[in-house]
Amino acid sequence: MTCRQGKLRLQKWYITRELVQTVLARKPKMCSFLEWRDLKIVYKRYASLYFCCAIEDQDNELITLEIIHRYVELLDKYFGSVCELDIIFNFEKAYFILDEFLLGGEVQETSKKNVLKAIEQADLLQEKTETISVLSNIKS
Amino acid sequence: MPAVSKGDGMRGLAVFISDIRNCKSKEAEIKRINKELANIRSKFKGDKALDGYSKKKYVCKLLFIFLLGHDIDFGHMEAVNLLSSNKYTEKQIGYLFISVLVNSNSELIRLINNAIKNDLASRNPTFMCLALHCIANVGSREMGEAFAADIPRILVAGDSMDSVKQSAALCLLRLYKASPDLVPMGEWTARVVHLLNDQHMGVVTAAVSLITCLCKKNPDDFKTCVSLAVSRLSRIVSSASTDLQDYTYYFVPAPWLSVKLLRLLQCYPPPEDAAVKGRLVECLETVLNKAQEPPKSKKVQHSNAKNAILFETISLIIHYDSEPNLLVRACNQLGQFLQHRETNLRYLALESMCTLASSEFSHEAVKTHIETVINALKTERDVSVRQRAVDLLYAMCDRSNAPQIVAEMLSYLETADYSIREEIVLKVAILAEKYAVDYTWYVDTILNLIRIAGDYVSEEVWYRVIQIVINRDDVQGYAAKTVFEALQAPACHENLVKVGGYILGEFGNLIAGDPRSSPLIQFHLLHSKFHLCSVPTRALLLSTYIKFVNLFPEVKPTIQDVLRSDSQLRNADVELQQRAVEYLRLSTVASTDILATVLEEMPPFPERESSILAKLKKKKGPGTVTDLEDTKRDRSVDVNGGPEPAPASTSAVSTPSPSADLLGLGAAPTAPAGPPPSSGGSGLLVDVFSDSASVVAPLAPGSEDNFARFVCKNNGVLFENQLLQIGLKSEFRQNLGRMFIFYGNKTSTQFLNFTPTLICSDDLQPNLNLQTKPVDPTVEGGAQVQQVVNIECVSDFTEAPVLNIQFRYGGTFQNVSVQLPITLNKFFQPTEMASQDFFQRWKQLSNPQQEVQNIFKAKHPMDTEVTKAKIIGFGSALLEEVDPNPANFVGAGIIHTKTTQIGCLLRLEPNLQAQMYRLTLRTSKEAVSQRLCELLSAQF
Repeated sequence: MTCRQGKLRLQKWYITRELVQTVLARKPKMCSFLEWRDLKIVYKRYASLYFCCAIEDQDNELITLEIIHRYVELLDKYFGSVCELDIIFNFEKAYFILDEFLLGGEVQETSKKNVLKAIEQADLLQEKTETISVLSNIKS
Repeated sequence: MPAVSKGDGMRGLAVFISDIRNCKSKEAEIKRINKELANIRSKFKGDKALDGYSKKKYVCKLLFIFLLGHDIDFGHMEAVNLLSSNKYTEKQIGYLFISVLVNSNSELIRLINNAIKNDLASRNPTFMCLALHCIANVGSREMGEAFAADIPRILVAGDSMDSVKQSAALCLLRLYKASPDLVPMGEWTARVVHLLNDQHMGVVTAAVSLITCLCKKNPDDFKTCVSLAVSRLSRIVSSASTDLQDYTYYFVPAPWLSVKLLRLLQCYPPPEDAAVKGRLVECLETVLNKAQEPPKSKKVQHSNAKNAILFETISLIIHYDSEPNLLVRACNQLGQFLQHRETNLRYLALESMCTLASSEFSHEAVKTHIETVINALKTERDVSVRQRAVDLLYAMCDRSNAPQIVAEMLSYLETADYSIREEIVLKVAILAEKYAVDYTWYVDTILNLIRIAGDYVSEEVWYRVIQIVINRDDVQGYAAKTVFEALQAPACHENLVKVGGYILGEFGNLIAGDPRSSPLIQFHLLHSKFHLCSVPTRALLLSTYIKFVNLFPEVKPTIQDVLRSDSQLRNADVELQQRAVEYLRLSTVASTDILATVLEEMPPFPERESSILAKLKKKKGPGTVTDLEDTKRDRSVDVNGGPEPAPASTSAVSTPSPSADLLGLGAAPTAPAGPPPSSGGSGLLVDVFSDSASVVAPLAPGSEDNFARFVCKNNGVLFENQLLQIGLKSEFRQNLGRMFIFYGNKTSTQFLNFTPTLICSDDLQPNLNLQTKPVDPTVEGGAQVQQVVNIECVSDFTEAPVLNIQFRYGGTFQNVSVQLPITLNKFFQPTEMASQDFFQRWKQLSNPQQEVQNIFKAKHPMDTEVTKAKIIGFGSALLEEVDPNPANFVGAGIIHTKTTQIGCLLRLEPNLQAQMYRLTLRTSKEAVSQRLCELLSAQF
């Protein structure tokens, strides 16, 4: 799959207002796929957030829908019932989780456990280094 | 502020985000942001060194501001500093900033690459992964140059952690996609294939993506992946829903991996090994069987994952196109989905069925769903689904159902979304022409198109109807009567006035006997529309009027009055004024004989590929309306369609046009793709295919060199010896060309029995039509004679025709043969496109057979301007600012042949140091890529 998630997470914030408008204008019962320029857009709405993926012609639409769902599950598990605010205030975490799950537009790891393990390890690593730095501060 | 803040809360960042969210207006937000930017700038510039935490916090703020849509032009250096922090989160934020705000400053890139290099060498898997993620997210050429050689090593190293392998595989994939030339193939490739056997499913998942991309370019290097992929797939498909633990997704075992494996298999033909093939067919059948089982969960995720695999399986079955049983099962499955309550499934079923319709095994099975599809067109609420229904109707159309499908499309057109009207108009026009048995039906259909959607009827469409009416005398009377009636409507579309004006000007006489459509009535009818029309239409009508002067002498005074009026003779528009003046003069001074000659009925148009089809292809992009589809469909019509009405070329033959016997009017798209009727039966024509090869001289020495010189130009001296000089002048347009050959007698003595002959080999003959007339057998001393060759490219070809010249000079018999430089690239039409489109198409043409590459030594000085001129001379467009490397040249164009059009992309990469070039050609057809690459390679 050569989807452009890498770019997309930027796009969802600012570039493609035009795409955002198109997706927002769609009605609930419509299908989750639409052609947009040379790409196909697969999107799904979760509460107030729309998740969009741009894929190429030969890519599998349904599995892309489930990529979105798995990502939402990952966020949910990490934040504990994720809401939009979590993503706004911890946008860097949302990026890190995405990088573990997808890389260069391809699925890297589909196991929820493995992805979260990687993120939690990193969190752990960070707490450790912080304790050390706090200690060194005390010493000096 | 949210309660949740995982890991280290950067309090300052959270406060800032809250502030932004609390801003009541856009202005307040911008003000707050500017304040923050000023603050960060002063911190970064301040004398006090910032600690890592502050740097991280500020960099994070910049990132947030950037994501809000503001430009960020500083902070890169601070982010780069973070990369070398030994604190994980600082490093992580540094990498994130670099990945999101890529900067092309070379000094920065050097520093970034240095940091990445250190992390890759650190043996700390988390650091290595961060570095790999950054390379994969940026994917720039500079990073490729720095790391493409290291990553394969990391990927196959025995001691790399699984997570590192996964990231390395996808990182390499990204670099390969961005700059394939930088990734060296080698011993590691075999080991990558074996990652398909890896115990860790995540590693397999990442590796399959890499292999799928690499094998497209190097199918032979990776062909062992087929059997490995089959056995992996088979293990997954046959596993129970809990076997794969965390890789099971809503009771579906490893759906992502399954889909990827099925995609990989679509890069190859069906496995040759019977055991492997058997196992694979079993897998495919299992997937089809599972679709019929009751779902294990009511969740949509379960059915989506399951159906994702099912659709990919069907794609593979269609790709193989060799198992009738599976194809029909696939079609039945899709048929069920056509009526599914999930919109997504209906959409996908319509889309997938489109490709099934072009397989001869399943075309008939697809046709049985016609009513459902028509119903979808009428009732679907989502325009994207209706669009798919239109596509499918177009794909399933053949002679048996064309009237029904065309009628449905016409009625849909009345309410269709504006965005897809033009495409539907083109489709209707093509189907009506392609499957017309009764041309009155064709004329009615096109006039209906103009009536319903006149604004969307492009020039190509109305030109085409005129061409067809002119070429078919059995429909001319009907056409005249029908347009006459249609023009009676008080408000009719300007396109109808154009068609009506043209047709009545040519064939109005055929209905003039009826007092209701007498010449004068016809004239008044047309002239009543005149003042409402645009200038081009008025110009056309003026021509109609002068044609009337010839057809109906009795209306001449009326028309002269109109031409003479001030509004014509003194019209502000130069074109209209000129026509009025000239036509008026012509009608006054010319005798009836001269008028009759000048204003004679238009001769039949030369047949070529329908310009409408070309337009549709252009609209849909190359590759979507492939010639393969057409030939396949035609084949299936022959197989299944029962007795076919003879394509109506009979009337054309009787037309007194010298080229008529080549044309097969109206039948061009339906004619089987086989050899065209062998031409040249007429005694007037030189029999270009005569088997005179036994007496033909071998090619003249140096003829090869001369031949190559003509690849990029059309005029010049082809051959010269002491007696004879042969010069060429040629012009090409789309799939047609005309070549003037000049034979100069350099001596003062006559050449006798001077006989030039054009010879096409058996391979070439079906693909290239050449027509010419014999020249005078005597060429006086010092004289030059000219021969015209009409050229038609029927299909792509490789060889060049040979020109053999025999004559007597003095007492000796002379026999010379040279290759005639009619090469495939002459039928190029340049295509301008933007960088994005170019690479999009480039990617679409990524099958291994579509690309041909040649690396060769420069034979001429490597001069940029000369190279550009050659590429343009070659016929393609030279696309500037498309290739990221300005030293490279890229070009794009379409090869026009009678049967098809082939989109071609090319890229030439010079290497000045090595004095070498690499030339890559991508087209939808292997033979075309091959031939163009050969031809162009010889030019540098």
